[in-house]
Amino acid sequence: MTPRAKQRLLAVVALLVVFGTLGYLSTQSMSEDLVYYWSPTELVDKGDAAIGATVRLGGMVEQESVDWRPQEQHLSFRITDGEESVQVAGKGAPPQMFREGIGVVVEGKMEGDGVFHTTTVMIKHSNEYQPPEEGEMPTEVYKSLQTEER
Amino acid sequence: MSFIGQSLVLASLFFAAAGAVLGFWGGAKRSLKAWDMARQAAYGFSGTMILANLAMVYALITHDFSVKYVAEVGSLATPPYITVISLWASLNGSILFWGGVLGVYVLGFIWIHGSRHREYMPYTLGMILSVSLFFALLVASVADPFAPMNPVPLDGPGPNPLLANHWLMGVHPPTLYLGYVGMVVPFSMICAALLAGRLDNGWMQPLRTWMIIPWSFLTVGIVLGGWWSYGVLGWGGYWAWDPVENASFHPWLTGTAFIHSAMVYQRRGGLRIWTLVLGMATFLLTLVGTFMTRSGVFNSVHSFTQSAIGPVFLVFIGVVLVFSVLLLALREHTLADDEETSDRTSMMTALLGQRYDVLSREFAILLQNAVFATFTFTVLLGTLYPLIAEAMLDKQVSVREPYFDQWALPLGILLVFLMGVGPALPWGRMSPQRAMKRFGQPALAGVVFAGLVALGGFTGIWTLVTAFLCGFAFVANFGEFWTPVQVLRKKRGNSLGEASAKVYTRARRRIGGHIAHYGVLLAAITIALSKGYKEERDFTLNQGESAEFAGWTVTYHDAKLIDEGFRNSVTVNLTAAHEGGRSIELHPKMNYYPTQREPIFTPDMYTGPVRDLYASVIELPPQGEYVVVRLMDMPYVSWLWLAPFIIVFGTAVAAWPARKKKSSSAAREAVA
Repeated sequence: MTPRAKQRLLAVVALLVVFGTLGYLSTQSMSEDLVYYWSPTELVDKGDAAIGATVRLGGMVEQESVDWRPQEQHLSFRITDGEESVQVAGKGAPPQMFREGIGVVVEGKMEGDGVFHTTTVMIKHSNEYQPPEEGEMPTEVYKSLQTEER
Repeated sequence: MSFIGQSLVLASLFFAAAGAVLGFWGGAKRSLKAWDMARQAAYGFSGTMILANLAMVYALITHDFSVKYVAEVGSLATPPYITVISLWASLNGSILFWGGVLGVYVLGFIWIHGSRHREYMPYTLGMILSVSLFFALLVASVADPFAPMNPVPLDGPGPNPLLANHWLMGVHPPTLYLGYVGMVVPFSMICAALLAGRLDNGWMQPLRTWMIIPWSFLTVGIVLGGWWSYGVLGWGGYWAWDPVENASFHPWLTGTAFIHSAMVYQRRGGLRIWTLVLGMATFLLTLVGTFMTRSGVFNSVHSFTQSAIGPVFLVFIGVVLVFSVLLLALREHTLADDEETSDRTSMMTALLGQRYDVLSREFAILLQNAVFATFTFTVLLGTLYPLIAEAMLDKQVSVREPYFDQWALPLGILLVFLMGVGPALPWGRMSPQRAMKRFGQPALAGVVFAGLVALGGFTGIWTLVTAFLCGFAFVANFGEFWTPVQVLRKKRGNSLGEASAKVYTRARRRIGGHIAHYGVLLAAITIALSKGYKEERDFTLNQGESAEFAGWTVTYHDAKLIDEGFRNSVTVNLTAAHEGGRSIELHPKMNYYPTQREPIFTPDMYTGPVRDLYASVIELPPQGEYVVVRLMDMPYVSWLWLAPFIIVFGTAVAAWPARKKKSSSAAREAVA
């Protein structure tokens, strides 16, 4: 081995060691901030084992399950994947665009009371934009707020 | 229009292919004729690609729905400004735009360097045109925006509403593209140096400048993206470590490291291979960034498109990576042998820094580079981890913001520290006693500034550390200009203006760098304050009711539905006053686009020198009898938007070609 090749090998090994250590440190520090996605079925299947773990629960907001009391800033609804559904409760206003039938991801913990307590409710954005249906046009919904054209 | 567009793209494909071959041929055979022809081909590529972009803009403006892309993103009701910027509204258009920007860079590059740097230019052009060839291929095949549409629709759906919702969407994407695409140039220049087996300061100087140009666009683009996010998305922040944001941050980090390590290269002949690795990595990271944003691998706000382009792009990234590594491994020795002592410039010495004095500017830059490399690595790992986990473990997982924050905070603070220490140290070495003396005034300024920040009510320990370091770094940087000015005034009796002008002309590059540092310091302190001391609360307000929040009194009056033609806007009328001050109006909106069920909630904010008040509608019942509104109070955030412009001004001062020097070197060349 020429001195130069040796040096290069050393440099590559040194780089690997440095970045390996860094990678190890990073993944270690990441573990607390990793959040797994579960579906309601997965959550229900885990039973009591799921209690206390911080997860993201993804599914649809079940029809006619939303109870939002603006004056108390209390929100509750059920989240479903078509098979199982889970009761979710949270403090604070739901996000903009929140509605029944929309895909959501909630982050929080399953508590002993069988309710998933969430700190964040996120809307799952679909890539396709659907035009509003009959009765959803803003000109109908907000009829009483209408002003003349600008 | 489909036919014209497709013909132009095919022509550009031909020019790129021919030019790439001619460039490499001209470089390897030192053939002037091949080089001339390569240049002609490059002009051909630029011309046809730019024309193809103009053809698309024309098709958009004239609502030519026989072109598939226009049918996808155009609509008769969309206002002209938004119609034009729809060029980058969707994937295929943005790849075409990539090509167009590339064309602009190719033109600028040839125009500036012309027939100089004979040794490197053919290779460089060959590399640039090879990359161009890939993009022309994309536009001609899987990403063809000019594909004809049959039957021709009467109207289209219009662009993504998020694009149409804010004027910044006409500025942020092109700026970012100018940043991304331009990295092709330094990458190709590095490859040319490796192929030519030489990298002298005559080539390093333009190479550094060609890194600074796209880097400046990237800097502005990133911050404008944050500003857009703040102004449109309604969550009241500007940075969330979203994969798409990170995608633009990675090349910025390595690019910044390159700009600094290149100085060590030029000054001391050190960090040779490392500098080249940084430059190559920067280009690779822009490709990774384009891939991440455009292929839809991440389900984030920006990734509104998915197509076959993803896999093709991934293969291209692989090819560029393998090519770069091989080129470095096979040709790296040619650069080292250029110097009289080869071991001096080896990777090992550069890595270990054994020939660096701790109290020297190059050592500070060495540390700074290590911090930047760590920063890039950790952010990249956190960004890619969900992809790796899904691919390898079949688990869906996400990495939360605290991971990024916990790395960004210490690394960021370290960088601010080095930004203060580095410029105050000379190249070479300095005695500890003199160094301590030099740090006296900056340290005092740091204490004073931290004191002021504490008096302002911001007493978090890390905030005060940041404030101290910002004050320290500001005075340390400014002293580099001020001390020589004072010396000239005392010793030569010069006036302040004369002395400043003298110091400026003598050390323009350095002073420009310091100005850029001031911009970064401004960003650092405003981020610390606005991120750490943001207040946020949701209120339910009946008509006429007021809320007390962070010193503000906010009143809800009513809401109105306004027809703006291409959208309906439900506008909420709020007034606010801070501690009995004058009343301001805020109009957060819900914008309804005809193609979309859900409205885009557009926040409104009062922007002030001391604080911003940010209001975002959460819910509004049909009669508007009450509103649920999210209020945020963010101190000093508005200064952040100024920071990139200071940085770019500084880099422009530093990188602007010196007129006298240029003409004299041109004269020298003419004589030779």
